[in-house]
Amino acid sequence: MITAEDRARAADLLAAFVAAGATRVETELLQPAGTLLDLYGEDIRARAFTTQDPLAGEAMLRPDFTVPVVQAHMSGGADPARYCYMGEVFRRQEIDEGRPREYLQVGYEVFDRADPAATDAEVFDLLHRALAPWDPIPALGDLGLLIAAVDGLTTSDKRRAALRRHIWRPVRFRRLMERFAGQTTTPAKRAALLARLATEDAAALIDAAGPAVGLRDGEEIAARLAALAEDVTTPPLSRTEAEVIDALLGMETPLSHALSPIRDLAVDLPGLDVAADRLEARAEALDRRGHAPHTLPFAPARGRSAMEYYDGFTFTLSARGRPDLPALATGGRYDALTAVLGQGRSIPAVGGVIRPGLLGGLT
Amino acid sequence: MIRLGVPSKGRLMEKTFEWFGKRGVTLSRTGSDREYAGHVEGADIALVLLSAGEIPRELALGHIHLGVTGSDLVREKLTRWATRVETVTQMGFGHADLILAVPKVWIDVDTLDDLDAVAAQFRANHGHRLRIATKYHRLVREFLREHGVADYRIVDSQGATEGTVLNHTAEMIADITSTGETLRANHLKVLDDGLIHASQATLFRSRAASWSKSQTETFDALADRLRNG
Repeated sequence: MITAEDRARAADLLAAFVAAGATRVETELLQPAGTLLDLYGEDIRARAFTTQDPLAGEAMLRPDFTVPVVQAHMSGGADPARYCYMGEVFRRQEIDEGRPREYLQVGYEVFDRADPAATDAEVFDLLHRALAPWDPIPALGDLGLLIAAVDGLTTSDKRRAALRRHIWRPVRFRRLMERFAGQTTTPAKRAALLARLATEDAAALIDAAGPAVGLRDGEEIAARLAALAEDVTTPPLSRTEAEVIDALLGMETPLSHALSPIRDLAVDLPGLDVAADRLEARAEALDRRGHAPHTLPFAPARGRSAMEYYDGFTFTLSARGRPDLPALATGGRYDALTAVLGQGRSIPAVGGVIRPGLLGGLT
Repeated sequence: MIRLGVPSKGRLMEKTFEWFGKRGVTLSRTGSDREYAGHVEGADIALVLLSAGEIPRELALGHIHLGVTGSDLVREKLTRWATRVETVTQMGFGHADLILAVPKVWIDVDTLDDLDAVAAQFRANHGHRLRIATKYHRLVREFLREHGVADYRIVDSQGATEGTVLNHTAEMIADITSTGETLRANHLKVLDDGLIHASQATLFRSRAASWSKSQTETFDALADRLRNG
């Protein structure tokens, strides 16, 4: 349950964010389900409470603030803008009944085109200072590196797009990497189909398979068959490039020691250089704010399977000596989300939230 | 006395009666066919006749000590089912597979890998996610999450699920199939790796029900007879 102390603590945190120059915003508790489903897919149903409005249709109890805050900003916010908010979020708990179904979040979000490294550092520093009395353990990540590596792979656009689509789904990403690297065998049925396609007309094969039922029509099936035939002729990913991806996924090191190996990886995959520049600029910006890179644990893939789809910097601040607790604060950069919700417009964005309800039991 | 929940009608009920009978426990309905009351001979057990779909919930609430129902229903209706009920024994009938099926004409789709790729293509072409009609929302969602399939959407279908593709209310289905005939009649085929759960009638024990010493003894004696039957 949210206690009076939690609310008081949340109000203090919010006051600190206002003092840092943020505008306080409110969002609705009932969010249209369609937007969230489009963003997160069907999985959100396992994590959010869905309810029915007789006129507006399906709605969800706000599972997080990021989406409505971004929506509000994209429909006419100032540029640049800094927002803060405080309120309840609701999460279904199917796995661990001990976890709360409703709790407070206090958040800070920055929409600013000027200097991404500086704004990354600004958000991390602000949340870190807010939690300083609890001496939290920081942990950083950067999904921009993984995305840049995928974009830099020497392979077809289709393969790169497939990997990009599954950056946030480790199981599927791994399967795709194995297939594209030629480590899996083509099922006999597929091999037979491909052999027939080489000599027979795709449309005739489709017609022979059965009546056309459903919305997905013959043209779409033919288009995918063509894509399959093309994919067979695509050479496997080079071992070197696949190893770069593996190295990024497995890397765990203080931030100060991350840059040099990543520059080495960029020799094999030049696309990484731009992301490495961003990482370097961010490390410097953090250092300027008093967070020495050798004190910051870093793993590029951190935050990858979080619900929020971060596509750059990510961070958590965790309770010391309490690995059983969720992170006290989480945050990251989500430039792509603003494009998805911005109907053609986009703006670089970074933010984070604190869960004041976790602080009460800590000393 | 312990309370045993059994499906109240149809083949599942008949088979259950038969199964217990072979193991020396005679179950019978009392009164007319329409009355949901029953009787057990040969053990200190009260028979509770319920719809198979209600048995998982009654077990989870501890209203019944034991219950017979499909393992698919327990997995679908109970979160963390294994912490709430215990499998006493599988009963060897009521076999039904929960599977994913797509139109036969999708000759480019045999596996979950294909399905995932097609879901992306479909969403790009049609502006909405590929719809899967099913009544097994949780099982389907968990299965697809585990395998990293994205860009689909579940649409609820409580009956005649195979017809949804023909009616353009879904692109594919997830449903129970025992023979596959209905699938073929509706021009659908099962994905090669699309078996979500192989269900059968199962005797479950409630972890939530109160178990007194005498009830536990009754259960232990019964369980020996049932498992060794």
